[in-house]
Amino acid sequence: MKEFTGRRYGVRLHVNHETHTLHVRAADTLLHVLRDQLGLTGTKAGCENGDCGSCTVLVNGTPLNACLTLAVEAHEQPVTTVEGLRGSEIQKSFVEHWAFQCGFCTPGFICNAQGLIDYVRAEHRHADDELIKEWLQSNLCRCTSYHEIHAAVKSVLDDGEEC
Amino acid sequence: MESVGKSVPRKESFDKVEGRAKYTRDLRLAGMLHGKLVTSPHAHAKIRSIDAAAAAAVPGVRGIVTGADCQELTGELLADRPVLAYRKVRYYGEPVAVVIADDEQTAWRAAGLVHVEYEVLPVVSSPSRALLPGAPLLHEEVEKYKRYGDVYPVPGMNIGNHLKIRKGDFQSGWEAGVVKVECYTAFRPSDHIAMEPRAARAEILPDGEVHIRASTQAPYVIKRFMERYFGLDPGQVVVHVPFVGGGFGAKGAVQLEFIAYCASRAVGGRLVEVSNSREEDMISSPCHIGLEAQIKMAATPDGRLTAAQITLLWDGGAYADMAAVMAKAGIDDCTGPYRIPNVWADSLAVYTNHTYATSFRGFAHPEVTFAIERTMDLLAKKLGMDPIALRLLNAIGPGETTPTQVLLDESNIGNVPACILRLRELMDWESGQRVVLPNGRIRTKGIAALWKTSSTPTDAGAGAVLIFNKSGSVNLMTGVVEIGQGTKTALAQIAAERLTIDPSLVHVSFEVNTKTNPEHWKTVASSSTMMAGRAILEAADDAIRQLKYNAALVLQVSPDELELAEGRVFVRGNPQRGFLFREIAMGYESENGLTVGKQVIGRGSYIVKLTRLDPETGDGRPGPQWSVAAQGVEVEFDPVECRYQVLRAYTVIDGGVIVNHRGAVTQMMGGMSMGLSWATRESFLYDNQERVLNPQLRFYKITHFGENPDMVVDFVQTPYHEGPYGARGIGEYGTIGMAGALANALSVAAGVELFQLPLLPETIWRARGGGSVHDPV
Repeated sequence: MKEFTGRRYGVRLHVNHETHTLHVRAADTLLHVLRDQLGLTGTKAGCENGDCGSCTVLVNGTPLNACLTLAVEAHEQPVTTVEGLRGSEIQKSFVEHWAFQCGFCTPGFICNAQGLIDYVRAEHRHADDELIKEWLQSNLCRCTSYHEIHAAVKSVLDDGEEC
Repeated sequence: MESVGKSVPRKESFDKVEGRAKYTRDLRLAGMLHGKLVTSPHAHAKIRSIDAAAAAAVPGVRGIVTGADCQELTGELLADRPVLAYRKVRYYGEPVAVVIADDEQTAWRAAGLVHVEYEVLPVVSSPSRALLPGAPLLHEEVEKYKRYGDVYPVPGMNIGNHLKIRKGDFQSGWEAGVVKVECYTAFRPSDHIAMEPRAARAEILPDGEVHIRASTQAPYVIKRFMERYFGLDPGQVVVHVPFVGGGFGAKGAVQLEFIAYCASRAVGGRLVEVSNSREEDMISSPCHIGLEAQIKMAATPDGRLTAAQITLLWDGGAYADMAAVMAKAGIDDCTGPYRIPNVWADSLAVYTNHTYATSFRGFAHPEVTFAIERTMDLLAKKLGMDPIALRLLNAIGPGETTPTQVLLDESNIGNVPACILRLRELMDWESGQRVVLPNGRIRTKGIAALWKTSSTPTDAGAGAVLIFNKSGSVNLMTGVVEIGQGTKTALAQIAAERLTIDPSLVHVSFEVNTKTNPEHWKTVASSSTMMAGRAILEAADDAIRQLKYNAALVLQVSPDELELAEGRVFVRGNPQRGFLFREIAMGYESENGLTVGKQVIGRGSYIVKLTRLDPETGDGRPGPQWSVAAQGVEVEFDPVECRYQVLRAYTVIDGGVIVNHRGAVTQMMGGMSMGLSWATRESFLYDNQERVLNPQLRFYKITHFGENPDMVVDFVQTPYHEGPYGARGIGEYGTIGMAGALANALSVAAGVELFQLPLLPETIWRARGGGSVHDPV
């Protein structure tokens, strides 16, 4: 059997506008480092296989599965988790539209939706239902019918277009 | 009403959207050990030996537990399941050992080094094959297992429970019928896929107190089972349940909690977490049951049902556990919401080499409803009757009896015809069930009617404690788990209504702690709002009595002369003479400091009034009331490729008085989504050794964003007189009729009767004669 060295590497992560210097194993995923080292447990492990999207965070503005991202890959990158979106329009909209039930998939959906909102606004694009679907199909929800989530995201996107 | 019926937003809304709601694995604790399961690569095999030496030698490994270390047998009604497999494995993925280490990575690494030697045995692949002469036996001496309650295993057979209904005179009813149909439906096990995989932690303190923290719907059952299997006083067992990331019945079974307890026991009582990977959650922990059903129905030429023979062969998997209870729940309501005077039914929890089963949203009803509703459509076709007319004609109602011979009245059953009539209107049924579009595609509609009672144990109950704060707000303690269903908010509305205060002044305890929260049987069976709501009304009345007592002492009147409104107690007819709750909730403090009266603490409880079922006839009271519903779907079918799209789905439910309207609508929509996901695509795939081929979400597809049809939900509100403000149960009902309605619509569209799930295009293509080999189920 291969010798297990337990060697760790220094990384600097910029998470929710705070900088953290951490020591991680090469194999540590961003998901585990966020949860275990930084206590940011809003990011959830639903499958750890990139299939469910519960662990979605924004890395440099792009939604990524934190379970498939190594912590070392996020070195010096800005990372936003659901905790970093406190007070955001999308969170309020999720509440107004009853877009969650058990809440376990919600942080991933919210991060992904925020990524979409930021993208649409930066590119001055109109987000039609096809675009919303394309973005949000990477996330699974077992409680809602997804219509509620669609309404929550659409509402924020439509508000943005009116401004 | 001021609070009941309003769409009060969920109380935990912002905790959830800001990622601050804590689930079992979110509480990080230093020093906690991690257990990793070693699972079986075979569906049926003898365990020759287990060599854990290499694993034990890994630095950081603190203990290894195998079946030899915990030989307690467990099971809801029949104790046939070891905590960890002992001498034999009976399903693919069955836990064989647990490796306990300082951290997850070490535990995973070491688990891979546990060497188990197996002798592979022939497998049992389906319930009907399990019953063939000469089928391998999963449990050689089923009669020797300890029984807890009414369970009837059959010696020498793969049968963990056999239940019967003998109502009326089946033979004469069958002969009286002129038009007869027979229907055989089948589907294999599938999975709940709650987004949070199951997890449990256990710690044994030196003075004997056992703390369990788990993602469970059944904390009080865990407490009772720790007494049952490990001889602990339930008071020594403290179960903590934070938010739960979806349950759907999966978390009503107890499994990882026992493993975590045995793991902690092996390492001197230290805190150990055992959590499932997604794959383990699908195949190692209990799954959604499969069913083979055979239904025979007879009717008069004008469509009146005279008799039904119903045989339910449940694919309970390797252990009876909840399948034994589901066999009962399925037979309790086996006719569907129809008046059938003569019923002969058998329901068997059958052992197979599949993952053992547990309750799935609807508790045996989505499965049986699929079979019954297919049969009803077959019968309508044979009679030349409209499917809605046939259901209306036979709809069960007050004055009639259920299969277990409960007499129905205006209160204990919802209004079946009203639901069907409203559905007919919403679906614009009169415009036609089948329309061929110019492009050749076919649009059809299908419906299902359904009912369900709780099928709870006869001692199922709930408790509630209302503790007043000095401010006049209250803390509400119940044992209900928040699994996403929003019950805590609905319960706050019920308390607020009775106490005449705003729901925002009712602070609910989200985390359940079995030491301090009063017992609540389980958060299942669409019963929590009904049962806990009743307990809360009693607790509120108790608190009101105390508030009046305090006020009466100061006002020098009899408590009988006082009444309540808008958070005040005052003299009837003289509203100025009275007090706000905050002036008397802790007693009334007079100017000189002397306090009269005392702290207000209300308590209440509720117990269902049920009876056991007669083992030969099935007579008995399985639940307090029946919520009923009618559901429909509209599909567009491509007859060339057998692909289809579900355009719209409908639910009209009589769930009694609705406590939280928006909550109820979204719960229905979620349930419909789950029912459609199961019916359209979900099933485990097995190889010829009964190993699961798709134990991950990449290959086991559930409905994704954007794939759901439009949804229409409406309510009929027939009050249940014993329910809080007339409420019945609603939580599971959205799921129950979807498969039946979809199969009915697609059968009309495809021009062939569809009897299998999931309804993949391939299923339909094969039913139409496509393919050379028809896979038998």
